Amino acid sequence: MADSATNTPTSQVSRVVADDSEVARVLTRMAHQILEANHGAENLVLLGIPTRGVQLAKRLAALIESIEQHPVRQGELDITMYRDDLRANPTRNPARTSIPGSIDNSTVVLVDDVLFSARTIGAAFDALRDLGRPKAVRLAVLVDRGHHELPVAADHVGRTIHTAADERVAVLVTELDGRDAITITRTAQLGGQA
Amino acid sequence: MRHLLSCADLDLATATAILDLAEEMQQVQSRPVKKLPALRGRTIVNIFFEDSTRTRTSFEIAGKWLSADTINVSAKGSSVSKGESLRDTMLTLDAMGVDAFVIRHGSSGAAAQVASWVKAQVVNAGDGQHEHPTQALLDAYTMRQHFRLMGNDGFAGKKIAIVGDLLHSRVVRSNVLLQQVLGGEVVLVAPPTLVPTGVETWGCEVTGDLDSVIEEADIVMMLRVQRERMAGGFFPTEREYTESFGLTPERLAKLKNSAGICHPGPMNRGVEISSAAADAANSLVLDQVAAGVAIRMSVLYHLLGSNEGAAK
Repeated sequence: MADSATNTPTSQVSRVVADDSEVARVLTRMAHQILEANHGAENLVLLGIPTRGVQLAKRLAALIESIEQHPVRQGELDITMYRDDLRANPTRNPARTSIPGSIDNSTVVLVDDVLFSARTIGAAFDALRDLGRPKAVRLAVLVDRGHHELPVAADHVGRTIHTAADERVAVLVTELDGRDAITITRTAQLGGQA
Repeated sequence: MRHLLSCADLDLATATAILDLAEEMQQVQSRPVKKLPALRGRTIVNIFFEDSTRTRTSFEIAGKWLSADTINVSAKGSSVSKGESLRDTMLTLDAMGVDAFVIRHGSSGAAAQVASWVKAQVVNAGDGQHEHPTQALLDAYTMRQHFRLMGNDGFAGKKIAIVGDLLHSRVVRSNVLLQQVLGGEVVLVAPPTLVPTGVETWGCEVTGDLDSVIEEADIVMMLRVQRERMAGGFFPTEREYTESFGLTPERLAKLKNSAGICHPGPMNRGVEISSAAADAANSLVLDQVAAGVAIRMSVLYHLLGSNEGAAK
């Protein structure tokens, strides 16, 4: 869309759906929900999906530890090599995968920032299968924006946001973006001049 | 990336990405299921016109762990020995719908020549005395791990001494080219008879005096004395070679504490490297071997992971 040569007047209209204090509240609620569903922090493994899912998994793990006073295992699960669109795109550099010990018979909570097409989660299931056999796999996402292309539903959702397909939902985290927020961006055409 | 024929094909971003991914790939070796689906449905033919158990096996494992179908073609007993030309052999295999060739050949430039003929992507697994890029990448990978362990990251300012038979070694040229990208400073050490012509254009220091560089080297890479090629009288006796160019226990003692010792293998103990050096705590020889599969997985992924390198 960026057509700088002719300087077509497009603009990125971005609005903040949740600011840092709101994100903090949402994460705290999710931490409680994860604990409630698991009846405590026993046997729980939080796996963040890069990039921002990793930061969110760290936050949730810290919250769960402070609520339960019980350590929670937490790691990173990169799914690049399991993507169904790997070939169609330019070479992607996979991120780190680090699994804290065996996931056999544990309850794995996959953590991602935005649930959209759900293909990332589909790939994550395949990746998990190669890593062990958890007792259960659950999904926690900060934002569910709809438009799923696979039969996947999240168990723990921070915010459900109804979006148009051409909108972009971004989760910002302090560690990478300098602040916590959820934003929606829409690329709008301004005016109709040629 | 379309082919990997030479380390000169690599820019800093690509070389770094290959080394970074190799780190991830090394972790796969400790998983219960040592397999990633990235190259599912791809076919890789390893065609080796020269014997090499180490390189061929590690390419084969690398391809299999990425879920590619890997097929080994040994040139011995094949149509090559019936007189078929290299071009016809490669075009025949190419016509079967191969996605990539990993090729080892005794003639310098063979891989590049093949790449100009076939639709498949080509990895040079050693061509004559020219290049062996994946060996240089696994050397760099091993060095990088070592530097990190010594608490001193990065290649900039590191002195890498490559010692021995520069003339017959394809590993040297690839290492020199790769270090030009990564930023390490290569010093070549060899008797004048084993220095290739044109070495002055390589842009690195060349010396015949190992003792003058041993104390400041961060890495010493000892090259194998290729006995099968030594009929040419390149040096008087093996003992004399060892005296001047071997990593003897005396020279081992002069190395910096943080220095690492590399050897592409197979080693001639007592000739270019003493057992004391080969088995020293700072010997990286086995780390190099361990890195082989991971580096080759990373290279194959960068070539075949996306369709962008395929023939249009």
